[in-house]
Amino acid sequence: MVVDSYKFLPRSFRPYYEGRGPFPGEEGPVWAPFAKRLAESKIALLTSAGLHHEGEQPAFDLDRERAEPDWGDPSWRSIGEGPVGVAHLHINDADLLADPEIALPAKLLAQLAAEGTVRAAADNHVAVMGYQERSLAGWRETTAPAIVAFLRDQQVDGLVLAPA
Amino acid sequence: MMPSVAEDRRAPRIVGVEFPFGHAFGVAGDRAMHRRVLELALRVLAGAQAFGTRVDLDVEWPVPLREAYRSWQPKEPSPIVKRLLELRNG
Repeated sequence: MVVDSYKFLPRSFRPYYEGRGPFPGEEGPVWAPFAKRLAESKIALLTSAGLHHEGEQPAFDLDRERAEPDWGDPSWRSIGEGPVGVAHLHINDADLLADPEIALPAKLLAQLAAEGTVRAAADNHVAVMGYQERSLAGWRETTAPAIVAFLRDQQVDGLVLAPA
Repeated sequence: MMPSVAEDRRAPRIVGVEFPFGHAFGVAGDRAMHRRVLELALRVLAGAQAFGTRVDLDVEWPVPLREAYRSWQPKEPSPIVKRLLELRNG
Protein backbone atom coordinates (compact mmCIF):
# COMPACT_ATOMS: atom_id res chain seq x y z
CA MET A 1 0.00 0.00 0.00
CA VAL A 2 1.40 3.41 -1.01
CA VAL A 3 0.01 6.46 0.77
CA ASP A 4 -1.64 9.04 -1.48
CA SER A 5 0.07 12.24 -0.34
CA TYR A 6 -2.61 14.43 -1.89
CA LYS A 7 -5.76 12.60 -0.80
CA PHE A 8 -6.96 15.34 1.53
CA LEU A 9 -5.47 18.32 -0.29
CA PRO A 10 -7.71 20.57 -2.44
CA ARG A 11 -6.90 19.74 -6.06
CA SER A 12 -6.02 23.33 -6.90
CA PHE A 13 -3.25 23.26 -4.25
CA ARG A 14 -1.55 20.16 -5.61
CA PRO A 15 0.77 22.00 -8.03
CA TYR A 16 2.17 23.98 -5.09
CA TYR A 17 3.48 20.75 -3.56
CA GLU A 18 3.91 18.07 -6.19
CA GLY A 19 7.32 17.41 -7.72
CA ARG A 20 8.98 20.47 -6.25
CA GLY A 21 12.19 18.63 -5.43
CA PRO A 22 14.67 19.75 -2.79
CA PHE A 23 15.37 23.34 -1.85
CA PRO A 24 18.30 24.83 -3.79
CA GLY A 25 21.55 23.79 -2.17
CA GLU A 26 19.88 20.95 -0.27
CA GLU A 27 20.04 18.26 -2.94
CA GLY A 28 22.33 15.92 -1.03
CA PRO A 29 21.30 13.18 1.38
CA VAL A 30 20.57 14.05 5.01
CA TRP A 31 21.61 11.29 7.33
CA ALA A 32 22.74 10.57 10.85
CA PRO A 33 22.92 6.93 11.94
CA PHE A 34 20.94 5.94 15.00
CA ALA A 35 23.53 3.91 16.87
CA LYS A 36 21.79 3.13 20.16
CA ARG A 37 19.06 0.66 20.86
CA LEU A 38 15.65 2.27 21.30
CA ALA A 39 15.47 0.83 24.81
CA GLU A 40 18.61 2.83 25.64
CA SER A 41 17.43 6.03 23.98
CA LYS A 42 15.72 9.21 25.09
CA ILE A 43 13.19 10.43 22.56
CA ALA A 44 11.50 13.77 21.95
CA LEU A 45 8.62 14.83 19.74
CA LEU A 46 8.16 17.87 17.52
CA THR A 47 4.83 18.96 16.10
CA SER A 48 4.09 21.72 13.59
CA ALA A 49 0.51 22.08 14.84
CA GLY A 50 1.11 25.42 16.58
CA LEU A 51 0.68 24.14 20.15
CA HIS A 52 1.57 26.33 23.10
CA HIS A 53 0.85 26.42 26.82
CA GLU A 54 -1.99 28.89 26.97
CA GLY A 55 -1.53 31.57 29.61
CA GLU A 56 2.12 30.62 30.13
CA GLN A 57 3.51 31.20 26.64
CA PRO A 58 2.57 33.61 23.87
CA ALA A 59 0.59 32.04 21.07
CA PHE A 60 2.16 32.02 17.61
CA ASP A 61 1.69 35.40 15.95
CA LEU A 62 -1.45 35.00 13.89
CA ASP A 63 -2.18 38.73 13.69
CA ARG A 64 0.99 39.34 11.73
CA GLU A 65 0.21 36.41 9.44
CA ARG A 66 -3.23 37.90 8.78
CA ALA A 67 -1.55 41.18 7.85
CA GLU A 68 1.26 39.50 5.88
CA PRO A 69 -0.15 36.30 4.37
CA ASP A 70 3.25 35.18 3.03
CA TRP A 71 4.71 35.23 6.54
CA GLY A 72 4.48 32.52 9.19
CA ASP A 73 5.73 32.76 12.77
CA PRO A 74 9.15 31.02 12.88
CA SER A 75 9.37 30.83 16.68
CA TRP A 76 9.00 27.65 18.74
CA ARG A 77 7.57 26.54 22.07
CA SER A 78 8.69 24.06 24.70
CA ILE A 79 5.81 21.72 25.50
CA GLY A 80 5.80 19.96 28.84
CA GLU A 81 2.91 18.76 30.95
CA GLY A 82 -0.28 20.76 31.12
CA PRO A 83 -3.06 21.99 28.89
CA VAL A 84 -2.24 23.40 25.47
CA GLY A 85 -3.81 25.85 23.08
CA VAL A 86 -3.54 25.85 19.30
CA ALA A 87 -2.55 28.77 17.06
CA HIS A 88 -2.66 27.68 13.42
CA LEU A 89 -4.79 29.31 10.72
CA HIS A 90 -4.49 26.47 8.18
CA ILE A 91 -6.26 23.65 9.99
CA ASN A 92 -9.46 23.12 11.97
CA ASP A 93 -8.25 22.97 15.57
CA ALA A 94 -11.31 21.27 17.10
CA ASP A 95 -9.80 17.76 17.23
CA LEU A 96 -6.42 19.12 18.35
CA LEU A 97 -8.00 20.94 21.26
CA ALA A 98 -10.06 17.87 22.17
CA ASP A 99 -7.05 15.55 22.01
CA PRO A 100 -3.57 17.07 21.53
CA GLU A 101 -2.15 13.55 21.41
CA ILE A 102 -3.13 13.42 17.72
CA ALA A 103 -0.32 15.91 17.08
CA LEU A 104 2.05 15.42 20.00
CA PRO A 105 1.56 12.06 21.74
CA ALA A 106 3.61 12.92 24.82
CA LYS A 107 1.53 10.79 27.18
CA LEU A 108 1.81 7.81 24.85
CA LEU A 109 5.57 8.25 24.53
CA ALA A 110 5.86 8.38 28.32
CA GLN A 111 3.86 5.16 28.44
CA LEU A 112 6.23 3.54 25.92
CA ALA A 113 9.10 4.62 28.15
CA ALA A 114 7.40 3.03 31.17
CA GLU A 115 6.98 -0.17 29.14
CA GLY A 116 10.66 -0.15 28.16
CA THR A 117 10.25 0.44 24.42
CA VAL A 118 12.41 3.56 24.84
CA ARG A 119 14.59 4.47 27.82
CA ALA A 120 12.94 7.82 28.40
CA ALA A 121 10.71 10.47 26.93
CA ALA A 122 11.98 14.04 26.97
CA ASP A 123 10.46 16.13 29.74
CA ASN A 124 9.87 18.89 27.23
CA HIS A 125 8.94 18.46 23.59
CA VAL A 126 8.79 21.06 20.80
CA ALA A 127 6.01 22.81 18.92
CA VAL A 128 6.27 25.07 15.90
CA MET A 129 3.69 26.53 13.55
CA GLY A 130 3.92 24.77 10.23
CA TYR A 131 3.12 27.57 7.82
CA GLN A 132 6.39 29.41 7.11
CA GLU A 133 7.58 31.95 4.62
CA ARG A 134 9.37 30.35 1.69
CA SER A 135 12.98 31.28 2.39
CA LEU A 136 12.80 29.76 5.87
CA ALA A 137 15.32 32.41 6.92
CA GLY A 138 14.17 32.60 10.54
CA TRP A 139 14.24 28.84 10.73
CA ARG A 140 17.74 28.46 9.37
CA GLU A 141 19.28 31.24 11.44
CA THR A 142 17.47 31.03 14.75
CA THR A 143 14.78 28.40 15.23
CA ALA A 144 16.52 25.21 14.14
CA PRO A 145 19.78 25.89 16.03
CA ALA A 146 17.80 26.81 19.16
CA ILE A 147 15.74 23.62 18.98
CA VAL A 148 18.87 21.50 18.49
CA ALA A 149 20.49 23.13 21.53
CA PHE A 150 17.29 22.62 23.56
CA LEU A 151 17.22 18.91 22.70
CA ARG A 152 20.94 18.45 23.34
CA ASP A 153 20.56 20.07 26.76
CA GLN A 154 18.01 17.37 27.53
CA GLN A 155 20.40 14.69 26.19
CA VAL A 156 17.85 13.55 23.63
CA ASP A 157 19.01 10.75 21.30
CA GLY A 158 16.25 10.92 18.70
CA LEU A 159 13.46 13.18 17.52
CA VAL A 160 10.17 12.28 15.85
CA LEU A 161 8.94 15.19 13.71
CA ALA A 162 5.21 15.21 13.06
CA PRO A 163 3.83 17.62 10.46
CA ALA A 164 0.37 19.01 10.95
CA MET B 1 0.47 12.99 5.60
CA MET B 2 2.42 14.11 2.54
CA PRO B 3 5.31 11.63 2.42
CA SER B 4 6.14 12.39 -1.21
CA VAL B 5 6.77 16.01 -0.21
CA ALA B 6 8.96 14.82 2.67
CA GLU B 7 10.91 12.75 0.12
CA ASP B 8 11.28 15.76 -2.18
CA ARG B 9 12.54 17.86 0.72
CA ARG B 10 15.10 15.24 1.72
CA ALA B 11 13.72 13.99 5.02
CA PRO B 12 16.08 11.20 6.04
CA ARG B 13 13.43 8.78 7.36
CA ILE B 14 9.72 8.95 6.57
CA VAL B 15 6.56 7.32 7.83
CA GLY B 16 3.61 7.92 5.50
CA VAL B 17 0.08 8.10 6.87
CA GLU B 18 -3.01 8.72 4.78
CA PHE B 19 -4.68 10.94 7.35
CA PRO B 20 -6.24 14.41 7.08
CA PHE B 21 -4.13 17.42 8.02
CA GLY B 22 -3.88 18.10 11.74
CA HIS B 23 -4.10 14.39 12.58
CA ALA B 24 -0.56 13.02 12.27
CA PHE B 25 -1.17 10.26 14.81
CA GLY B 26 -4.76 9.49 13.95
CA VAL B 27 -8.31 9.91 15.14
CA ALA B 28 -8.88 11.93 18.32
CA GLY B 29 -9.22 9.54 21.24
CA ASP B 30 -8.10 6.45 19.32
CA ARG B 31 -5.13 5.43 21.46
CA ALA B 32 -4.57 2.18 19.54
CA MET B 33 -4.17 4.11 16.28
CA HIS B 34 -1.81 6.64 17.91
CA ARG B 35 0.29 3.75 19.21
CA ARG B 36 0.52 2.10 15.78
CA VAL B 37 1.83 5.32 14.25
CA LEU B 38 4.27 6.20 17.02
CA GLU B 39 5.66 2.66 17.31
CA LEU B 40 6.21 2.56 13.55
CA ALA B 41 7.90 5.98 13.66
CA LEU B 42 10.23 4.76 16.41
CA ARG B 43 11.06 1.58 14.49
CA VAL B 44 11.89 3.60 11.38
CA LEU B 45 13.89 6.13 13.41
CA ALA B 46 16.08 3.44 14.95
CA GLY B 47 16.01 0.80 12.24
CA ALA B 48 16.29 2.58 8.89
CA GLN B 49 19.53 1.69 7.19
CA ALA B 50 19.86 4.51 4.69
CA PHE B 51 18.77 8.00 3.70
CA GLY B 52 15.33 8.19 2.17
CA THR B 53 13.81 5.18 3.90
CA ARG B 54 10.03 5.46 3.65
CA VAL B 55 7.48 3.16 5.26
CA ASP B 56 3.78 3.77 4.67
CA LEU B 57 1.22 2.75 7.27
CA ASP B 58 -1.62 0.69 5.82
CA VAL B 59 -4.45 2.25 7.80
CA GLU B 60 -7.50 3.75 6.12
CA TRP B 61 -9.03 6.90 7.64
CA PRO B 62 -12.32 5.71 9.15
CA VAL B 63 -14.40 8.65 7.94
CA PRO B 64 -15.91 9.07 4.46
CA LEU B 65 -13.54 11.05 2.24
CA ARG B 66 -15.85 13.97 1.55
CA GLU B 67 -16.55 14.46 5.25
CA ALA B 68 -12.88 14.10 6.23
CA TYR B 69 -11.82 16.47 3.46
CA ARG B 70 -14.16 19.14 4.76
CA SER B 71 -13.61 18.64 8.45
CA TRP B 72 -9.84 19.20 8.58
CA GLN B 73 -10.15 22.61 6.93
CA PRO B 74 -10.49 25.79 9.01
CA LYS B 75 -13.83 27.54 9.14
CA GLU B 76 -12.26 30.57 7.43
CA PRO B 77 -9.67 30.24 4.67
CA SER B 78 -6.14 30.96 5.85
CA PRO B 79 -4.77 34.39 4.86
CA ILE B 80 -2.68 33.03 1.98
CA VAL B 81 -5.58 30.97 0.65
CA LYS B 82 -7.88 33.96 0.94
CA ARG B 83 -5.40 36.00 -1.09
CA LEU B 84 -5.06 33.29 -3.76
CA LEU B 85 -8.83 33.00 -4.05
CA GLU B 86 -9.14 36.76 -4.42
CA LEU B 87 -6.49 36.75 -7.16
CA ARG B 88 -8.18 33.85 -8.93
CA ASN B 89 -11.63 35.42 -8.74
CA GLY B 90 -10.39 38.85 -9.83
